Amino acid sequence: MRVVVDFDLCESNAVCMGIAPEVFEVRDDDMLYVLNETPGPELHERVRQAVERCPKQAIRLEED
Amino acid sequence: MPALNRVVVVGASLAGLHAAQALRRQGFDGELTLVGDEPHYPYDRPPLSKDFLAGPADAGKLRLRPAADPDALGIRWLLGRRAVGLTRHELSGGEVVLDDGEAIGFDGLVVATGARPRALPGMPEGVGGLHVLRSVDDARRLRDAFDAGPARVVVVGFGFIGAEVAATARSRALEVTVVEAAEAPLARVLDAEAGLAVAELHRGHGVDVRLGATVAGLVAGEGGAMAGVELGDGTVIEAEVVVVGIGVIPNTGWLDGAGLTVDDGLVADETCLAAPGIVVAGDVGRWPNPRFGRLMRVEQWDNAVEMGGYAGRRLLAWSRHEAVEPFAPVPWFWSDQYDRKIQLAGVPGPEVAMAQGTLAEQRFVRVYHRDGVVVGALCWNRPRQAIQARDLVGREAPIDEALRVLG
Repeated sequence: MRVVVDFDLCESNAVCMGIAPEVFEVRDDDMLYVLNETPGPELHERVRQAVERCPKQAIRLEED
Repeated sequence: MPALNRVVVVGASLAGLHAAQALRRQGFDGELTLVGDEPHYPYDRPPLSKDFLAGPADAGKLRLRPAADPDALGIRWLLGRRAVGLTRHELSGGEVVLDDGEAIGFDGLVVATGARPRALPGMPEGVGGLHVLRSVDDARRLRDAFDAGPARVVVVGFGFIGAEVAATARSRALEVTVVEAAEAPLARVLDAEAGLAVAELHRGHGVDVRLGATVAGLVAGEGGAMAGVELGDGTVIEAEVVVVGIGVIPNTGWLDGAGLTVDDGLVADETCLAAPGIVVAGDVGRWPNPRFGRLMRVEQWDNAVEMGGYAGRRLLAWSRHEAVEPFAPVPWFWSDQYDRKIQLAGVPGPEVAMAQGTLAEQRFVRVYHRDGVVVGALCWNRPRQAIQARDLVGREAPIDEALRVLG
């Protein structure tokens, strides 16, 4: 699984960080940083939730 | 066990779509029908008052991703059809009656009919230049009206819709007056001091803000065109476009006579079950959120997603006689106005503390608490802290910890 963020769409609502902080971090510059673009299987369920709950539909997954 | 072969979801929007998706994901392979009164596949509403209204945005981009391929979920779509009645069988199941008289039988029902804009009392319908904003068709009409370059836009109601419409109109260099009956904006959502900060934000961007001002009536011009708004004190504000954003009314009329409890929404138990085999999701639903110990009806995007998914799972659990945890979310929403991102996690409380920043700086974290426990936080351009606050509210963290984490 590869995490791809469309930064033109991303508005740093930080919902993804609330669900999977190991993968997504919004820092004090109000920008989103992807900490791990290829999260392990133990994170997949939460990353999928983060994709679903993004209010801008700015995250997508490329499955292996 | 009650058989669950046919599920009807009434409401083809965010909550209804997520309910349908959850049903399929949890293994429901029966007949799944989605009824929507708009002729469109489910689309996203937040951009309607922002990007979509601001410029030549493409309506196609509004489509919600789970509906990107309408065939993917095996849904029978009944779009442009309105539910007008509900008949229930003795134990469970029944029929949804549509506006053309067709009755759709169901074993399980998801009520997700949302809400509609409240009209100004005594306001005639069909007046030129009078707008509300809920659907993409509303947004297109309003955008066309903005495109025509009106000399002034009057927004009636300083809630989030009104505030976002005003901000977008200013971004298009239109003159804007916002008229609000209360003494502070967003009085239903925020404390007065925070509400007044929203008023200041808009004044700083050139909006003419009138608080404590009621609307006495519309002023018609030649040929029934909009000429302006008359306030309670007799002042007339000339405007060619008037946008009314004074809240919404849950769409429950079609449930009349079905023996369900309707009171400012369809009332359900703490698991979103309104009756055997009937669940509710989204703006239309009112349920006792055990986390806050009171009935809640939440008109927020994230709640529609979460409650929709929950309602779908709840319906399957009902058919399988499985126990479920109550639906106990911490509400969260965002609103973009100018270059400010306003987010509220949780709910306002009786006591307030600033974790960082000041209202005047327009970048701050404002924490609400009750009896020493954090219950909510209002964040301006502090998205990271808003999400942290949501977690703190969920854990019922002490205010000292909240101020430390969010400071």
